[in-house]
Amino acid sequence: MPRFLDRATPACIASSLLALAFMTLPACSKKPSGDAAPSATPAPPAVEPKATEPKADAPLKVAFAYVGPVGDAGWTFAHDKARKEAEAAFAGKVKTSFVENVPEAADAERVIRDMVDQGNTLIFGTTFGYMEPMLKVASDNPKVHFEHATGYKTAANLRTYDSRTYEGAYLAGVVAGSMTKSKTLGVVGSIPIPEVIRNIDSFTLGAQSVTPEIKTKVVWVGKWFDPPKEGEAAQALLDQGADVLMQNTDSSAVLQTAEKAGKFAFGWDSDMSKFGPHAHLASAIINWAPYYQKAIKDALDGSWKTGQVWWGVKDGAIDLVSLSDKVPAATKAKIEELKKGLKDGSFTIWKGPIKDQAGKEVLKVDEKGEDKMLLGINFYVKGVEGKLPSGK
Amino acid sequence: MSELVLLLSSSIDSGTPLLLAALGLIINERSGVINLGAEGLMLIAAITGFAVALATKNDALALLAGAAAAAVFSAFFGFLVIWLNANQYATGLALSLFGSGLSAFVGIHYSQESLTVAGHHGLFSHHYLVYLAVLLTLGLSWFLFRSKAGLVLRAVGESPESAQALGYPVRLIRWAAVIAGGALVGLAGAFVSVVSTPLWVEGMIAGKGWIALALTTFATWRPARALLGAYLFGFITMLQLHLQGRGVNLPVELLTALPYLATILVLVLISRNPRWIAANMPTSLGKPFFPGA
Amino acid sequence: MIRLEPRAEPARWLAVFSPLLALGVTVALGVLLFVLLGKDALGCLQMFFVEPIKNARAIAELSIKVTPLLLIGLGLSLCFRSNVWNIGAEGQFILGSIFATWVALRATPDSGAGLVIALLLAGALGGALWASITAVLRDRCNASEILVSLMLVYVAEQLLAYLVNGPWKDPNGYNFPQTITFLASSRIPRLLEGSRANIGVLLALVAAAACWLFMNKSFAGYRLDVAGLSPPAARYAGFSARSALWLPLLLSGALAGLAGALEVAGPDGQLTTHVPLGYGFAAIIVAFVGRLDPIGVTFSSVLMSMFFIGGELSQSRLGLPKSITGVFQGLLLFSLLTCDTFVKNKLRFARAPATPTTPTTPTTPTRGAAAQ
Repeated sequence: MPRFLDRATPACIASSLLALAFMTLPACSKKPSGDAAPSATPAPPAVEPKATEPKADAPLKVAFAYVGPVGDAGWTFAHDKARKEAEAAFAGKVKTSFVENVPEAADAERVIRDMVDQGNTLIFGTTFGYMEPMLKVASDNPKVHFEHATGYKTAANLRTYDSRTYEGAYLAGVVAGSMTKSKTLGVVGSIPIPEVIRNIDSFTLGAQSVTPEIKTKVVWVGKWFDPPKEGEAAQALLDQGADVLMQNTDSSAVLQTAEKAGKFAFGWDSDMSKFGPHAHLASAIINWAPYYQKAIKDALDGSWKTGQVWWGVKDGAIDLVSLSDKVPAATKAKIEELKKGLKDGSFTIWKGPIKDQAGKEVLKVDEKGEDKMLLGINFYVKGVEGKLPSGK
Repeated sequence: MSELVLLLSSSIDSGTPLLLAALGLIINERSGVINLGAEGLMLIAAITGFAVALATKNDALALLAGAAAAAVFSAFFGFLVIWLNANQYATGLALSLFGSGLSAFVGIHYSQESLTVAGHHGLFSHHYLVYLAVLLTLGLSWFLFRSKAGLVLRAVGESPESAQALGYPVRLIRWAAVIAGGALVGLAGAFVSVVSTPLWVEGMIAGKGWIALALTTFATWRPARALLGAYLFGFITMLQLHLQGRGVNLPVELLTALPYLATILVLVLISRNPRWIAANMPTSLGKPFFPGA
Repeated sequence: MIRLEPRAEPARWLAVFSPLLALGVTVALGVLLFVLLGKDALGCLQMFFVEPIKNARAIAELSIKVTPLLLIGLGLSLCFRSNVWNIGAEGQFILGSIFATWVALRATPDSGAGLVIALLLAGALGGALWASITAVLRDRCNASEILVSLMLVYVAEQLLAYLVNGPWKDPNGYNFPQTITFLASSRIPRLLEGSRANIGVLLALVAAAACWLFMNKSFAGYRLDVAGLSPPAARYAGFSARSALWLPLLLSGALAGLAGALEVAGPDGQLTTHVPLGYGFAAIIVAFVGRLDPIGVTFSSVLMSMFFIGGELSQSRLGLPKSITGVFQGLLLFSLLTCDTFVKNKLRFARAPATPTTPTTPTTPTRGAAAQ
């Protein structure tokens, strides 16, 4: 690269400054619209531009921050579907917007602050990694309500919400147990956080309730969404003898790989039946609509309170849908029965005796797993093969 | 089927896009042009192929469309570096970055779609492109080392000045090589989105273009060695997944890093002898050519 | 017919305006794109060029993005000038954040300023060490630094994942893959109460000045210049080819590592797998658009940061897709490379192909031995 700028540098600086000045002219002439330029004097708390208070009849502005693209057909797609349904349900009273592909960590804070600036008073952050940024923005904006999905830290104006995906995993496991011929199941795992490990365990428990001798193999992709890797991981599991696959990743690649190989798989987060018509057994979906509508209602009628919400089949947040015709009628009936049991509380998935991989008893006979224990699960149950990627 | 046979079979599937891309890059580099934009080309071809497959339900057409799209961008790249003598490395990088952004942009509405997949599996029942890749390897080998046209191409890569003195249109030959090579790279990219994982997602090529670049060096610019390298890399990729499934007592992250560590190792082993590299590498690789007229 | 003829001397005025010309072309193409998408073109331009610098808070946010881009861009311009193609700055960034985390995890609430200094030095050390792997493999084994440094990025990502999933996982973090939130004593001091801007941006500007001095006023910098422009001349003058490889790599590794340390102990405040944001790759564009000169890189890092933030804003405010940022950056680079050709060559309208004359010495730096 030629570098004759050594002598041209002053001219370069001059022309660049000129260009920048030209660009900032419009900014200078604009009146600050609701974003009063904060003074430089240090003044706790943070000098934040005040979000304009919504007038009584102005629609409630609700914003959603998504970690992935709305077209992922999985996690983010499910959130966005619920957002649209909520907006329709509260026609006119609510105006929603979203930002997709917001990276977890540092950049998220800027996006969320901007949402506050834009007048949103109810903000949903749909992934764990937004926890710290949301907490910071929440502490600076006490009048705005924040909802954080899959997190564990709350504040006066920040509550957490999550869905009992493990219930869907268990139900899928029951179907898997009844369909497997090789007695080997495979799970394509995303990131080894408790939720995913809990899902792998619940899937295995469900299958074992039908066929006690099944084994589950696990391969980790390391990301929530990476279709080519997911496909390769699925292929590796199939090559190792698994004939029914489950996933905790967000794309339909696993299902498609099973379809290509003539084996079975499940849809995850959303109904994926169209991606693998022969392979698809059922989809364990998350329906965020009931919760989003409740949260919006709370914000609209002023009854919003902080807390930690964990909804499952009982509250309509989790379901196993689109069961294939290949699934025997007896299994379908059992699934219905289990759903009823979950709804009326007569059935508990995590009820002892349950042993971990090493044979240690983690739940004694008839002992029920408390939420706290479930939230921090860090072990594989007996029947799951492989090592937890915990480095320990 | 025994697990090993299945593993080998999956390795071949995994390695085929790498092979196709490496073959294309070999054509490029044999003429003296290094194209760091392989990743961007593969992404562009992937989204084009996917879009066409969705619209026409015709796999072959989709693969050709992907190859064509990559060829168009390669022609543009070739124009910049061959006719305008832009720096090959910088321009290639620009192509990579641009291809990344453009494919993501164009592909926005395609993330929800999926293609119906045909079933292929087992050691002897692969997609026809897998077999085609092997044939292309043999064909390219023959072309480079046993045909006059191939000799001219290699001459252009070794000493463009001499080739020009002999009356060959060096720049045209290079441009043709860049376009043809780019088409093969595009074919690889389209293969990923139309056959391997019939979906579209941003960045789905995930570094395969860069690995193909490494493979051309590993192969010392010979097609047959590229085949070996591509399948070997595919093997390591699938092996580490198998090892995970078996519960091998190694950190998952180490296993995931294995293919990349292997690439470094291979590069080191291959490059250690500077004379070997010098003997095999096209002498004018990466250098701009001024016809002087 | 139209021919391109190398100029005897690069056109200086064009060299200065080339980046601005490229920017103009990019903006024009951008406006076209917006119009085709049916969006308000002026509004979009405002998102990219006005909003990010509108008020003090916006500028503070901008400075957070500028810091890593500038630091890494400086290092890369040093590398590229010497014909060392360090594509793996992202990996060096990651190692910097890892080393800095090691120091941060040892903080106590009473740790003084010394801890932050140690943290930053550790970051620079980490990045330099990672770059040295590339250097030694290129030096001893002739392995292409492009490919080795790039593969090392993937390895660094896995190393990061291993640490946050295993030994460094926060024991009270419900088993999520992240470290503890760093203690206040190990965070980078803020510039202003209430804004996220920290002293990192000052460090980056100091680094830019230091780089300028190094490149233009020091003998070592001169040696690198010569080595990049003409390796034979460098050899003839007795300049060490080895140091022309190691020095840029170590320096750029250190700068990238420093950026990683600033990022993890600054806006992030803990180590997670989301700390690396691709700055190592974006900085490649920053270096080129800045014409591989520290002053140019300072301006181009500001420009690129505006593109990033503008892209984010246009997504949330105007519904434009996020990938538009990538398209712009690529367009900018392409336009720049095209404009650059006219700096080195001029268009000639010749009537007939001239008889071959002896080729003039090419002004582009040729690669030394073992290219690629």
